[in-house]
This record gives sequence, structure tokens and C-alpha cells, in this order.
Amino acid sequence: MTSTLIRVALLVSAALFAIGVTGVLLRRNAIVVFLCVELMLNAVNLSLVAFSRLLGIDGQIIVFFVMAVAAAEAAVGLAIIIAVFRHYEDVDVDRFDLLKW
Amino acid sequence: MTEFLFFLLSAAALLSAVFVVVSRKPVASVMFLIVTLFSLAGLFVLLEAHFLAAVQVIVYAGAIMVLFLFVVMLLNLGHVELPDFRSAMARLLAGAFGIALAAFTAWTLLNGSDPLTAYGASAADPIQSVLKARGAIGALAVPLFRTYLVPFEVTSLLLLVAIIGSVVLARKEAP
Amino acid sequence: MYHPILPALVLALPLAGAIINGVGAFLWREDHRVARWVGPLAVGASFVVVAINFFAMKASGTTAASVVSLWTWIAAGGLHVGVDLQFDRLSMVMMLIVTGVSTLIHVYSIGYMRGDPGFNRFFAYLNLFVFFMLVLVTAASFPLMFVGWEGVGLCSYLLIGFWYENEAYSNAGKKAFIVNRIGDFGFLVAMFIIFGIFGSLDFSQVLPAATGHLRYGDVWATLITLFLFLACMGKSAQIPLYVWLPDAMAGPTPVSALIHAATMVTAGVYLVARTSVLFALAPISQAVVATVGAGTALFAATIATQQWDIKKVLAYSTISQLGYMFLAVGVGAFTAGIFHLMTHAFFKALLFLGAGAVIHSVEHAWHEAGRHGGDPNDMRNHGDLRRWMPVTWITMWSATLAISGVFPFAGFFSKDEVIWKSGVLGYPLLWGVALVAAFLTAGYMARLMALTFHGGENRTGEEARGHLHGAPLAMAVPLVVLGVLSLVGGWIQIPEALPLPHVSALEGWLDPVFEPAHHVMAMHGGAAATAAPLGGGELTWGLISTVVALAVVVWIFLAVVRRRYRPAAESPEPTGLSLVLYRKWYVDELYDRLIVRPLMALWRGCWKIVDDGLIDGTVNGLASGARAVGWVGSQLQSGRLGAYVLLFMVGVLVILGTVAF
Repeated sequence: MTSTLIRVALLVSAALFAIGVTGVLLRRNAIVVFLCVELMLNAVNLSLVAFSRLLGIDGQIIVFFVMAVAAAEAAVGLAIIIAVFRHYEDVDVDRFDLLKW
Repeated sequence: MTEFLFFLLSAAALLSAVFVVVSRKPVASVMFLIVTLFSLAGLFVLLEAHFLAAVQVIVYAGAIMVLFLFVVMLLNLGHVELPDFRSAMARLLAGAFGIALAAFTAWTLLNGSDPLTAYGASAADPIQSVLKARGAIGALAVPLFRTYLVPFEVTSLLLLVAIIGSVVLARKEAP
Repeated sequence: MYHPILPALVLALPLAGAIINGVGAFLWREDHRVARWVGPLAVGASFVVVAINFFAMKASGTTAASVVSLWTWIAAGGLHVGVDLQFDRLSMVMMLIVTGVSTLIHVYSIGYMRGDPGFNRFFAYLNLFVFFMLVLVTAASFPLMFVGWEGVGLCSYLLIGFWYENEAYSNAGKKAFIVNRIGDFGFLVAMFIIFGIFGSLDFSQVLPAATGHLRYGDVWATLITLFLFLACMGKSAQIPLYVWLPDAMAGPTPVSALIHAATMVTAGVYLVARTSVLFALAPISQAVVATVGAGTALFAATIATQQWDIKKVLAYSTISQLGYMFLAVGVGAFTAGIFHLMTHAFFKALLFLGAGAVIHSVEHAWHEAGRHGGDPNDMRNHGDLRRWMPVTWITMWSATLAISGVFPFAGFFSKDEVIWKSGVLGYPLLWGVALVAAFLTAGYMARLMALTFHGGENRTGEEARGHLHGAPLAMAVPLVVLGVLSLVGGWIQIPEALPLPHVSALEGWLDPVFEPAHHVMAMHGGAAATAAPLGGGELTWGLISTVVALAVVVWIFLAVVRRRYRPAAESPEPTGLSLVLYRKWYVDELYDRLIVRPLMALWRGCWKIVDDGLIDGTVNGLASGARAVGWVGSQLQSGRLGAYVLLFMVGVLVILGTVAF
């Protein structure tokens, strides 16, 4: 039974990740792109938890760190979005090419 | 019962994830993402990651998503329907890529050997025994503050840097 | 047992002077008061310390060397070199000469360099030179001596190019430096061989052990000494490496007096004397040294007879006199070599200082009269200067008679000793060459004096004549002191054969130093003859040489005084043999054709083909290749997030594909 759960969890994780990637490719709103990145992170978290079910507690600890990094990333990323918005009055990622070269 | 719940939550997570991507309004996207996160929290519980499930709800769905919502409101993007979907060509490409990735990964998973045997895991459930010995929090806390103490402390530094960085970046006057 | 008194102070004082003046050259460039006092006083104090040491050593009567170890310099495997100073009888004599003459020249320089913008720098270099020269003569090992050897070379280079705004002057400095490198190569190779054979580079280890390690006429002894002599050829301006010294006259005249006449150029003689026992073991090298010395003495003297530049005459004269010293140490008369070194330091320094006074006077007179152009060094622009410069005139005559070898001036005793020893120690041909060169010396010196100070007619020009002046006090005092020394300096060593009280102060003093060498030579060469190659004793030939020298002086003097010369600008070009001699036997041109130009062509080829083509081409090619690759990469940097994610995804799929299949 556990084996089935883990398989399903991994499949869901893969699907979630694919959806996240599609979102990043599809959307131009920076905040939505960000949400999709969060989606990808959570997909990874799910697979880590699933594997930890098999291999011990370390997987869960890594999820813990991923969450911390996600929090930091969200804080900085949103601050950047605010700063850019002030400048362009827009959050369209296709217009953000100021770091090009 | 467990399996049923698992499938239900998985379906909810995937469905709301799709809505995150396709919703026109950013606020709706954020809300759907919260649903996804809650569903994932449920999956965590079923996978015996009780503490992470709690953290997922409190920190992720609670704190981080509130931050997102806050920014959406602050920039007044909530109801503006930006033309933020790419062209048809790009949509096709994005969908193709997403499906390819999902199919590819799934195919790899289904064709691979049983993860239980593939990774040489013992029949005795490693998580169950730890949970029994230390409880949901202790199971995570003991290795976190022993083996992973240094990364844990470094994470605190990372968060500090992130706080300072976001304060500086979001200041009104140019830095 | 004798212990040196304040040994480190001897070196520390000039070094401190150099540092203070060097700082002054940067911080108080315009203020010359500090340098005026510190420069001469540092060297003078050093002279006092040396003199105290000299008398203490004399009183103790010791013949052994006192080695003062300051600190360890190199300790690597079997090689151990310390910064050790050696105080023995030979180094004591050298230190007295170096510090004594240096003090006088420093005093002179106060007057000569007055008002020069580089005054402080000049004294810094001069003090530094004295420091390195003292390192050279007090070093207790070959490497430390090499430090001094290179140090004086550096100071020589700096001082020749002292007026570096003039390109010809700085080129002269470079020439001196490069020619000396050839000699230094010899010094290094000699050191390697010595270390290979003796396992040490300390004089106290090598020299006493020489007879044990090397047989008489041993090929290794010959090699060591020939390479050492190569070093001497460079430093002491012997054929074929003498060409830098005449050009070195580009430096200020006190520099010519101190470095290029009295002290540095005699370092080679000192080196041969110091390693005398090695030379004694290598008869072939001895013959080479003596032959090169005698040849140089004659060759340079012939050139000196036809030069118009007063400093060039003296430069070739110096080369010639250095030839005498090498003749002496080559035939094994080491004491005679050092003796001539000492007297030469007195009278040649005096001649240069006198020439400097003349140039100084003429230059100032022209400057006052507003005349530009013309060469104040050219003797055709002098004439009858004795009326304006009596002190210079008289003292220079003292030096002229000394260098010509007229009794009882210093040069008579030293030069006669050299010539006599070369005759009786088995080199009759060189004896003849040396005699001829001695008469030529008398000739060119009489010519110099007659052209510069006599002739009854002054050629400096109408307007300038009134501005001519005698040497100022700071310049006159050293002239007088050296003038007296040129007269009495030879009296410390009077041969037994002369009907005079026999004095052998110097020989008695230095004999213990050269005893091992003399011992080796006596064992293998037999006793010295008592008669000259053509018969006759020391008294006969001493009489002949002094009479002939005096006769030549009078003859040339009268001949030159009677002739009417015109200023340099109006004089005809020399012709015939005069032209060949004036052009210095075309040696510089020969070297230019044979060595300099082929080398330049070779290096130009290397530059164009190897450096520009191969090396630069490779480097530039790599750079433009990297730029091209970078351009391709930079095209991917569109700045569009979507494109990045797309590429990222392609990468992920590729990796997944490779893992899966």
C-alpha cells in the first residue's frame, strides 16, 4: 500500500512540476510567474516527502530548508517586483530586460 | 480510506494547480495556489510528514501566500486583466513542453522498477519507527539540531540577508 | 689577537649617508645644506674609523685576518654564506685608499656640484658607492664580494647617467652596465667552479685550501682564474672590455675621479691580489693577465696621445695605468700592483679633479659670457690657464710628473717597481712594452699640460676670458692634499738598490697576505733574476727610465707649446695615423660591426617573427577566438525570461532523455 501511495505521490509531483513549468512559459505577469515557481518548488517538496517515506527522515529536513529558501526568495522576489513596478508601472516580464548583458 | 483520501487530495492539488496557471486574475491564481498548498499539506499527512504538513499550512499557505496577496493588492493588480498570456504559438509551445515533461517523467517512473526495492528500503517503515520513538516534532528536531545544525544556522543568515535585501529593494527613494 | 674596532660602523656610516641624502633627494630637493654636510662627513667619519682600525692592527702586529660575522645570508644544503667582514692587511690598505680618496673627492664635489639641481641625489649615489666599495673590499666570501662588485657597478651606472636628460649620457651608462655584465658572467662561473671544488665560498675556506685541492697548473685552477680575470676585464677596463670606460666620462668629473680612476676600476686588481694563491697555481692565467695588462697599457697610451678631450686623455691614461697594475699582479708582483694602485689613486684622482676644475672654470666663464655650444672639455679651447688657476696648475704638474714616473714623485717608485718586476720575473717582452708605454705616458701628459695650462695664448674666447676663475676653496683643498700625496705617496716603498734609505713599509705590511702565492711560485718558478733582460740592475734602469721620462716630458712640452693651436671649432680634422688614434683604432666601430649589429639584427628578427608573429599572434588569436565564442553566447542573452525558461526546459529534457535511455 505504501508503495502505491509513493508512486502516486511521485506522479503527482511530476505533473505539478510540469504544470508549473507550463505556467512560467505561458504567463507574462511576474507575480503569476512567481506563483508557478512556487508550484514547482512544492512539486519537489512532495517528491522529497514521498522519498523520505522510503529512505528516512532526511528528506523531510530538506523540505524544511526548501521552505526557508522559498520564504527568502518570495521576500526578495516580491521586493524586486515592487521596485520594478515603481519604475515601469508594469509587471510584464518581457519588458524586464534591464539586466541583459 | 487512506488511498481514497490520497487520490482525492492529489486530484484537488492538480486541478487547482491548473487553475493557478490559467486564471486571468492574479488574485484568483493566488487563491488556487493556496488550495494546492492545502491539498499538499493533506498529502504530507498521509505520507507521515505531520510536522511538515503543519508548517506547510502555517508558513506557506499562511505567511508566504499572504505576502503574495499583499503585493497583488498593493500594486493594485487584483482585478486588472492584463494581456498576460502569450501568443497562440507560445501557448502551443508551452503546452507541448509541459505535456512532454509530465509524460516523460511519468513514463520514466512507471517503467522504472518499484521504488521500494529500487532504493533498497527495508520493509520496516523507517518513518513509522522514528515517529513512534520521538513524536512528530522530535523526529524532525533531533537530526535538524544535530546533523544539520550548521545548514540550519546558515539558513537563518540567508533569511536575514533576504530581509535586508527586500527592505533595501522596496524602499521608496532610490538606494 | 686583533679585534676590529667598530667594524660595522665603517660600512654603516656611508650607507646612512646614502639613505639620508636619498631621502633628501625626494623631500628637500632644493635644500642642499644637509647633503653638503652629511655626504662628506659620513665618508670622513668612516675614514677615521678605518684609520683607528689600521693603527690598532699595526700595533697588534698580527698577520691573521679578523672575520666579523654579522648575520647568515644564505644557508642551503652544503652552501653557507654569511654576511662576514674580513679585516686583514690587504683589505685595510684598500679601505684606507677608498675612504681617504673618497673623503677628498666628496669635499671637492661640494664645490663642483654647487647649484646642481641633483645635488642631494649626487651625494646619495656617491655615498652608496663608497658603501658598496667597502663591501667589496671587506667581504670575507666570494658572494658578498660579488654584492659589492655589482653594487659599485650599479652606482657607476647611476652616476655616469647622472645627467640623464642627455641621451648620450644615459646611453654611456647603459654601455658601462652591459659591458660589465659580460665580466660578471665570468665572476659567477668562477664562483660555481670554486664551490664545486672547495664546497665553500668563504675566503678563509677556499684560499688556504687551494694548494691542497689543486695541483700547480691544474686545469681547474686555470679555468677559475681565467673566469675571474674575465670579471676583472670588465670592471677594470682591460682589453677587450675597456670600451665602456672612455664613455663613462659622461658622468660628473668627481665621479670620473672617484669611480673611474681611483677606486672602482681597481677592484679587478684587488680581486686578483685577493685570490693571488689561485693565480699562482695557474701559470697560464698569470701569463694571460700580464700580457693583457701590458697590451692594454701600450694600446690605451697610444690612443691617449691623440685625444683632444681632456677627460678622454685621462680615461685612456687610466686604462693604461690599470694595465700596469695587471701586469704587476700577472707576473706575481702583487705588492707592486697594490702599490701602483695606491699611488695611481692619488695622482689620477688629482688629475681628474684638476681637469674638473678646468672644465668647471671654462664652463662658467662661457655661461657668464652668454656663449652656448662648444666643448669645455676640449683642450683646444683651453690654453694658458695657469694665469687664472695657479693652484690647479701646480698640483696638476705634481700629478703629471708622478704619472710620468719622474723621481722623486710617487709614480716613479710604483711604476718602476712594476716594470722592473715584470723584467726580472721572466717576461722580457712585456718589460719592453711597459717601458715604451711609460714613455708614451710621459708624452701624452706633457701634451695635456702644455695644451691646457701653457702656450702663452688663451683660446676660451674674448668675452669669456674675463670670467675665468681659480678653483674655489672646497675644490682647492683636495687638490693640494692629493698634490702632496702624489709627491710623497711613493716614499713608503723605496727599493734597496737606490742610494736612498731602504723603506719597505708596504711590502712588509702586505707580505703575509701574499706569502702563500709567493711560496707556490718559488716552488715551481725558481728564484727571480737580479738583472733586467738587457742586463743592468734596478738602479741603472731606474735612472734610465726617469731620465727618459723627464726628457720626453720636456721634449713634448716644448714641441706643443711652440705650436700654435686654434679653438676646436676652427681646427682641421686629424689625418693619417693621428686620425686612427683619434678614432681609437676604430675599436668601437669594429665592435659595432662584429657584435652589436649582428646581435641587433638577430634580436630584431626574433622580435618581428617570434614575438610579433608567433607569441603575439597566438595570444591575440586566442583572444579574438574567445571574443567570437563569447559573441555567439551573448546572442542567447536576449533578456527575455520566456526564452530562458524555454532553453532551460530543452536542457532538462535532454538530460532526462540521456538518463532514461
